[in-house]
Amino acid sequence: MNEDWPLFEVFVRGKRGLNHVHVGSLHAADGRMALTHARDLYTRRNEGVSIWVVRSSDITASTPDEKDPFFEPSGDKVYRHPTFYDIPDDVPHI
Amino acid sequence: MREDDHVYLSLAQEQDDSRWAFGTGFQDPLHGVDTTVPDGVDPAGLAALCLGLGDDALIASQRLAEWCTRAPELEEEVALANIGLDLLGQARMLLTRVGQVDGTGRTEDDLAYQRETEEFRNVRLVELPNGDFAFSMARLLVFSAHRLAVFERLAAGHPDPVLRAVAAKGVKELTYHRQYAAEWVVRLGDGTDESHRRMQEGLDTIAPYVDELLRATPSGQDVRDEVGAVLAQVAEAATLTVPEFERMDGEGRAGVHTPCLAPLLFEMQSVARALPGARW
Amino acid sequence: MTQTTTAAEPGAEDRLQAHFDGVIAHDRRIEPRDWMPDAYRSTLVRQIAQHAHSEIIGMQPEGAWITRAPSLRRKAILFAKVQDEAGHGLYLYAAAETLGVDRADLTRRLIEGRQKYSSIFNYPTLSFADVGVIGWLVDGAAICNQVPLCRSSFGPYARAMVRICKEESFHQRQGYELLLTMMRGTAAQRAMVQDAVDRWWWPSLMMFGPPDTSSPNSARSMGWKIKRHSNDELRQRFVDMTVPQAEKLGVTLPDPELRWNEERGRHDFGTPDWDELKRVISGDGPCNEERIERRRRAHEDGQWVRQAAAAHARKRAARQDAEHEAAAGKEAAGGTAADGTTAGEAGQADEREAR
Repeated sequence: MNEDWPLFEVFVRGKRGLNHVHVGSLHAADGRMALTHARDLYTRRNEGVSIWVVRSSDITASTPDEKDPFFEPSGDKVYRHPTFYDIPDDVPHI
Repeated sequence: MREDDHVYLSLAQEQDDSRWAFGTGFQDPLHGVDTTVPDGVDPAGLAALCLGLGDDALIASQRLAEWCTRAPELEEEVALANIGLDLLGQARMLLTRVGQVDGTGRTEDDLAYQRETEEFRNVRLVELPNGDFAFSMARLLVFSAHRLAVFERLAAGHPDPVLRAVAAKGVKELTYHRQYAAEWVVRLGDGTDESHRRMQEGLDTIAPYVDELLRATPSGQDVRDEVGAVLAQVAEAATLTVPEFERMDGEGRAGVHTPCLAPLLFEMQSVARALPGARW
Repeated sequence: MTQTTTAAEPGAEDRLQAHFDGVIAHDRRIEPRDWMPDAYRSTLVRQIAQHAHSEIIGMQPEGAWITRAPSLRRKAILFAKVQDEAGHGLYLYAAAETLGVDRADLTRRLIEGRQKYSSIFNYPTLSFADVGVIGWLVDGAAICNQVPLCRSSFGPYARAMVRICKEESFHQRQGYELLLTMMRGTAAQRAMVQDAVDRWWWPSLMMFGPPDTSSPNSARSMGWKIKRHSNDELRQRFVDMTVPQAEKLGVTLPDPELRWNEERGRHDFGTPDWDELKRVISGDGPCNEERIERRRRAHEDGQWVRQAAAAHARKRAARQDAEHEAAAGKEAAGGTAADGTTAGEAGQADEREAR
């Protein structure tokens, strides 16, 4: 009989005015248990904190599958990221 | 390397104790609260009330600590420890209050470590050995449902401001404990044949000790009704039967305990008693 | 440094590898769905799992003292600390799972002795002073190891480590504070502290792993920036950090060769017994069996509970589906149809079942 609980992703709104942010994952038998665990593990039961949990398998992601040619690094235009270029230390204010 | 050293220093210098469980920081737990016993409050009665509720929490917390590294899943390790820490925090504040009002000036540690078995005033329900997870959840459900009902009333109307404050803090904690236990009782009752059998056994095993719990703290019929309603609701969702809570002889509040308490205290007090005069 | 994109068109694999190398070279983070070399993935899985196992097994030596803590404040601190370790284990297992492994499988590998945990937890805790010394030395060594990991090249690992390091600093502080208090207590307490230091000092030095000359995987891990400093460098930093703390505490570190080297500006110290480390790692330490046995029993004793929770979740989901269908059926047919389930809803239910 199956005893392994599915994986849930946890999103926490630390305080009002902020977005929910992904903080990690945990295992639970169902959503209700996942919320209880998330509260214990990721917020130490701070009050006024809002938590979302969602089954990891229910997430649709834009991030490429490693084998998907459409999203190969060449298509990802790494050169558009400023950190991809080595700038010598003595160049000021760049 | 510089950067790492810097990170290390800033970590070590962090002064934020708030993330620790209650009372584990480096300050007096009751700092800043007026501890004078108000006029019209009987100190002996207040001390007895705090002692009973404090001992209940201390022994319950000790049993929860025994689950550590034995819980059925890692997430439950964290949850059970949270509940144990909440109860330990309640015990510390209540025992400290006892020493303040009973005229002896005893500290929380004097009371926890230097009393003999028959001087403890906890109900017998909390001293029973842990058994399996179903038993522990049955006990936690009844214990926290009752304690929550009592604390709500203390927080709303007790004349002692310290006890009121302790109870108000405890209400939030106990609401969570009751919820946690109720959810597990439903899961186990409804889950598999084995878990259903074990959960019913758990309820049946605690049954003889429930009436004592309901009588132990001065409170009216309304508390008894409230606890009964909670149990009935949970049992229905869990497809379980609430057993009869018949009156049984013996009374933890009078210092009459099961044989299970002495070994628990022996272990709890062993280090403290082995080194008289030591500082911790 | 743009050669990775301007290189002539080699095979796709080469381009992926080049992109990966570029991310590492520029100190950026690799994220779970990025392409990564198989060896990078398996090295990370091994290291993060080992780290997670260490947190969970590490609960045992200290957890054994929660019920015996000699004051209620110490009991609360220790209880909270051991709980933190469970939390750390969970953060780390979560990081490992982003690499496509399953926590249940990692747990099985631990219980079957196919994956290791830190050798330090195979030593026994003989007195309450050990609680303080573990906080001071073992957690201190762990912090030395872990702070650089906050900049590890694998994003989920680095983020877990930031969270963990914040909490570890409290652990070290509580340990040192306990020892300071005990050293101000009775002569018996001071003797307890010194005895604990004598027993834990060398195992603590071994926590940094074998010397660089015989640590085959170290260089590769450093190249990938999974690891940021060599074993010997971290060990040296730990010694330099700890010696003044020991002096302040008033204990002697059990190493006759330990002295300040003016020329190097660092401490010289003796060589740990590497044969002992090998023995403990290969399963022959004082408590290896006991630790694994305890973990195995907890896992097996908990099986019926985990099964029950999973069964209840399935039943509840099925009941909710049935309710929805019944409600929708009533609506669709004005409450008169015997079977109001629409094709669409049946499809949804099937989909849920399939998952």
